[in-house]
Amino acid sequence: MKRFLAILHARNLEFIRDRAALSWGLIFPTALMMGFALLFSNGDQELYKVGVAGELNHPFQDSRYINFIPVDDVEKAITKVERHQLDLLIAPEELRYWVNSSSPAGYVTEQLLKASGGETLKASEVSGKEIRYIDWLIPGVLGMNMMFSALFGIGFVIVRYRKNGVLKRLKGTPLSATEFLMAQIVSRLILILFVSITVYIGCHLILEFSMYGSYVNLLFVFALGSLAMIALGLLVASRLKSDELASGLTNAISIPMMLLSGVWFSLEGSPQWISFISNLLPLTHVVDASRAIMLDGASLLDVSHHIFALILMMFIFLIIGVKMFRWE
Amino acid sequence: MTPLLEVQSLKKNYHTNIAVDNISFHIKKGQCFGMLGPNGAGKTTTIEMMEGIIQPTSGDVLYKGNPIGQLFREQCGIQFQHTALQDFLSVRETLKLFAGLYPESSDLDDLIERCHLESFLDRDNSKLSGGQRQRMLLAIALINNPEIVFLDEPTTGLDPQSRHNFWDLIKNVLSRGTTIILSTHYMEEAAELCDEIIIMDHGHIIAQGSPVNLLQQHFNERLVRFPKKELSPSFIETLQTPSAFQHLLLQEDDWIEISTTDVNKTIECLLKEGVDLNFLQIRQRNLEDLFLDVTGKDLRQ
Repeated sequence: MKRFLAILHARNLEFIRDRAALSWGLIFPTALMMGFALLFSNGDQELYKVGVAGELNHPFQDSRYINFIPVDDVEKAITKVERHQLDLLIAPEELRYWVNSSSPAGYVTEQLLKASGGETLKASEVSGKEIRYIDWLIPGVLGMNMMFSALFGIGFVIVRYRKNGVLKRLKGTPLSATEFLMAQIVSRLILILFVSITVYIGCHLILEFSMYGSYVNLLFVFALGSLAMIALGLLVASRLKSDELASGLTNAISIPMMLLSGVWFSLEGSPQWISFISNLLPLTHVVDASRAIMLDGASLLDVSHHIFALILMMFIFLIIGVKMFRWE
Repeated sequence: MTPLLEVQSLKKNYHTNIAVDNISFHIKKGQCFGMLGPNGAGKTTTIEMMEGIIQPTSGDVLYKGNPIGQLFREQCGIQFQHTALQDFLSVRETLKLFAGLYPESSDLDDLIERCHLESFLDRDNSKLSGGQRQRMLLAIALINNPEIVFLDEPTTGLDPQSRHNFWDLIKNVLSRGTTIILSTHYMEEAAELCDEIIIMDHGHIIAQGSPVNLLQQHFNERLVRFPKKELSPSFIETLQTPSAFQHLLLQEDDWIEISTTDVNKTIECLLKEGVDLNFLQIRQRNLEDLFLDVTGKDLRQ
């Protein structure tokens, strides 16, 4: 324990003093979020979006600048109205429509509907805050930042330490590989959570995200996700001695992971094989679970399949990583 | 009495290359044991096998009669030839880090004073001069009050003053009864510090003993050196054939070196030749010569 704490303390000092890396870890995701917020601040430039459940035989459908989207699942579509993802939802057979009272676009489309003779339809008002792209994006960006920090911050540093002989020096002491690796994991976990919380709070103050779930659950998912990804970083770094190779390999893992985990865009409706690969990536589970918690107010039970997947991956990576680890 | 450290038929192959070939020796408690040899002789490989850093291909290293393990780790101190330390830590923090890795550590203030680290304690460990760095690495090697300390070429690259300073530190460590294993390129260093030395080449031990004994064993002659221009070519010719007491050892562009068992007779010879003795140099043969004699090559090759 004393040895573990000695390494942990030294490592934490190193992280705090490596100002450049630390500020980059904070600035990069924040700037990214701000950039996207700015980019999407004008809302949807295109059309008003109206969901239609069933067949619409109504003069309203000739209105210009409205994109009519067929919907199958009325329940889901109502949620979309709540989140301002649809401006209006019409179910012609039920002679009903749904509109969000707090949505300006909803008000406009409702007026258009009424103007084209929609008085026969019964109005149902829903309410709910708008889910903007940036609300949807923040779990992805935090997850991505976590992944880069875990893979590069752990994997890379260990390979560098192996290459320049820091690990060899430690091998000459009573320190065991497990003690050393655990200290690396814990110090990186503390750092990632600190950075994630800081970025979250910073962005929240400016952009005000939707958060329907529990912060404790969110933190739990983040911590678990960080552990799984740190373990992956350790696995990559367990034997490599060349930092060029480590860099290449880490990039080869992190970039597809970023693209295939639904950080930037939803992978719903993508081919089967993509979603299969996607489910093998820890980042997918972090992003999906935290999105469910933030946007749907999901409980841990609701996202238990993601949690299970993350725990499983963490153990697999960790066991192989520790077994394969070499000081030199 | 069991030796403190025993090396038994130690062998290390790297693919087809034999780095260390079946060597055995033992080290007594309190000794300063020197390992000499040209680069690539297998010194570092041997030391690192003794430290438990490199796994031998075959053979054993015994510490207090047992294979090296946790007890050895806790009681040994190591200074590698090339050591990197964790970034962004000051000297003091680095010492504390290593102190934290051992069940018991020496008094840090005492260690800092002994190794003269006071003036740069709060400096980043990557911003030290060569001598400061070696002193810090020695302090790390001593941090657990070790019974045995390995120093792999600790003074290579240091200026003469830093080197002498470092020798004093090593003598101080020896005076406390600590056993030291020292590899070096400098014969002077081995002669100054070591009780026993081995000379290695091509993975073998080619000479072993105390420096004084080794010199007595190998050399009972002196070297006489003088400028070539003082001699007639015919005299040089006669020197080519060894006489009963002297033989020509070395002929350079400007200098001639004769090995002699009787300096008086050699000088008589030279006086007869009318050589100006003002330029004459006579010296005893030293470890460097011994080294050249047994390995046939220059130490720093």
